[in-house]
Amino acid sequence: MLIEMRGIEKVYKLGSERVNALRGIDLDVSEGEYVALTGPSGSGKSTLMHLIGCLDSPTAGRYLLAGSDVSSMSDAALARVRNRQIGFVFQTFNLLPRATALHNVEIPLIYGGFGTRERRRRATAALERVGLADRMKHQPNQMSGGQRQRVAVARALVTDPSILLADEPTGNLDTATGNSILELFAQLHASGQTIVLVTHEADVAAHARRHIVLRDGKIESDDANKKESAG
Amino acid sequence: MLILEIIRVAFGALLANKGRAFLTMLGIIIGVGAVIAMMAIGAGAQKAVQDRIASMGVNQLRVFADRTTIRGVTRYRSLTTDDAQALRNEMTLATAVVPDMGGQYQVKYGNKNNSVRITGTTPEYFSLRSYQLAAGRFFTNGDMSASQRVAVLGSVAAENLGIGPQDVGSTVRIGGMIFDVIGIMESKGSQGGWDNPDENIFIPITTAQYRLMGNDRINGVTVQVVAQEWMLAAQGEMERILRRERQLRPEQQNDFRFFNQQELATTFAESTKIFGLLLASIAAVSLIVGGIGIMNIMLVSVTERTREIGIRKALGARRSIILLQFLLESITLCVLGGAIGMGLGYWVAKMMASSGGWEVIVTPQSLLLAVGFSVGVGLFFGIYPASRAAKLDPIEALRYE
Ligand SMILES: Nc1ncnc2c1ncn2[C@@H]1O[C@H](COP(=O)(O)OP(=O)(O)OP(=O)(O)O)[C@@H](O)[C@H]1O
Ligand SMILES: [Mg+2]
Repeated sequence: MLIEMRGIEKVYKLGSERVNALRGIDLDVSEGEYVALTGPSGSGKSTLMHLIGCLDSPTAGRYLLAGSDVSSMSDAALARVRNRQIGFVFQTFNLLPRATALHNVEIPLIYGGFGTRERRRRATAALERVGLADRMKHQPNQMSGGQRQRVAVARALVTDPSILLADEPTGNLDTATGNSILELFAQLHASGQTIVLVTHEADVAAHARRHIVLRDGKIESDDANKKESAG
Repeated sequence: MLILEIIRVAFGALLANKGRAFLTMLGIIIGVGAVIAMMAIGAGAQKAVQDRIASMGVNQLRVFADRTTIRGVTRYRSLTTDDAQALRNEMTLATAVVPDMGGQYQVKYGNKNNSVRITGTTPEYFSLRSYQLAAGRFFTNGDMSASQRVAVLGSVAAENLGIGPQDVGSTVRIGGMIFDVIGIMESKGSQGGWDNPDENIFIPITTAQYRLMGNDRINGVTVQVVAQEWMLAAQGEMERILRRERQLRPEQQNDFRFFNQQELATTFAESTKIFGLLLASIAAVSLIVGGIGIMNIMLVSVTERTREIGIRKALGARRSIILLQFLLESITLCVLGGAIGMGLGYWVAKMMASSGGWEVIVTPQSLLLAVGFSVGVGLFFGIYPASRAAKLDPIEALRYE
């Protein structure tokens, strides 16, 4: 099992107020799955994604990523997990504005300790894979939204992560551009990549094989079992 | 690899804000500049003073009259030629006892009529101070015992009177009295303000005493001691002789004072210490002010780049990498500022040197010190902003608008 979550809770404290963003999440995701996470705004989708991606830590509960307990890890170990195991695609791209596409994609490899040549080779391959072979030297502000998101996907994939996490990756894109990103995801899934995707839109969710609906910080429905019985 | 990226990002951040970086560095530039300039000037001054000390031989001792106060009455009694004679006769630890007396007189040569300082002394005076001749000769013991009216001219005194080497053998009028010009000295340069031999005319002390000045009051006596170890003993000997010669009762203080190289060196060491303290406080203040400026701008930089920090952390940057990133940036600012400051300080020192006729010495130690201080300031004032950046929570940093 790649992701194993038991009784995950997340409480945000805002002064005296407490927001229970997640209230007891049990979630298993195995390798090669393509999961869509949906639910109304404020239901805790982003919060859950951040926990899965080790960008944030739960208030309570247990999270095993590829068998190891994430909650007991040091900063350096967590950094390594983010670097090697997780590929995160954000709604707002989060590219470094002053760096070229190629350099943006190289950053995880730099932190992963790869040499210049290997880094160049892998980053180039990742950009080619997302169809941006001709935009390597461009900076984010010289590219369209769709192209930027492709750079972000290339960056997420370049270290061959165990999981690709995407929080509303098409949220800032028009339908056609969004579809091209989703097509890319479909290809990645076909080649065995595990993907967890957050979306508002039903037709985006339709691309995935498994659908989880969150409501008020709890899993309302998960069609994993249904799929198994159907398949 | 990683370190290259860290350096790249640090320089990129600085280059993206060149103006701001420069203004931030200004404090360090001025601080380091001041240190370098003052150290250069200080080293130059030190050398000048040391040269002056060296010009008075190591084993020379000078005694001159001093004021004494007895029951509120201040008294001053010059040393006399008799005092000098007593020293000459009785001292066992002296190889030379050289008195000198002086006064300002009108000196006429051709149509020139200048007021010149006349020094009456003994022939040993010239070797004691290692004066050199440009023409002619010094006066001799023979000249002295016969109270000959002979004069040796300092280079400036000669020039002012229009006397050249070819004029040795001609006569000048000193205070209305005719003297033979027997020698002209090589230029020696000021030996410290009050005493420039170049502007003097030297005559035998007997001539000065009996013919020109008509009194026995001398300025002082320079004594050459047999060896440096005997300086203190020689001083004791002189004290005993002079007290007896000047008939001081046991309860009376000395009405004369000694001056030697060691004393000068001590005075100098004290003033150097004060100068160093002043220098250190200027450096400290400007470096602290500069450092605070750097800390301030680094905090701004961390805030501005919060999102970037979040992105880098999400992509696998460890805390130590972010820390190093920002530390390197502040150190670069300081070292760059320090380098510019060094250039500035050197330039200022050069300018002051050329206008003040002062020697300027930039020592490698001062450069090393400047670099060390710059790095130190960068580290000290950079660590807080950098650790703030490093401790940022990745998700909070990413959410930062
Ligand atoms: N940093 C935070 N501090 C306080 N409360 C927060 C914080 N982040 C999220 N929340 C709260 O936690 C709950 C879940 O938020 P989350 O962003 O996970 O929802 P979401 O499902 O992603 O919503 P959307 O679809 O609008 O993106 C919300 O009630 C939100 O107000
Ligand atoms: Mg969200």
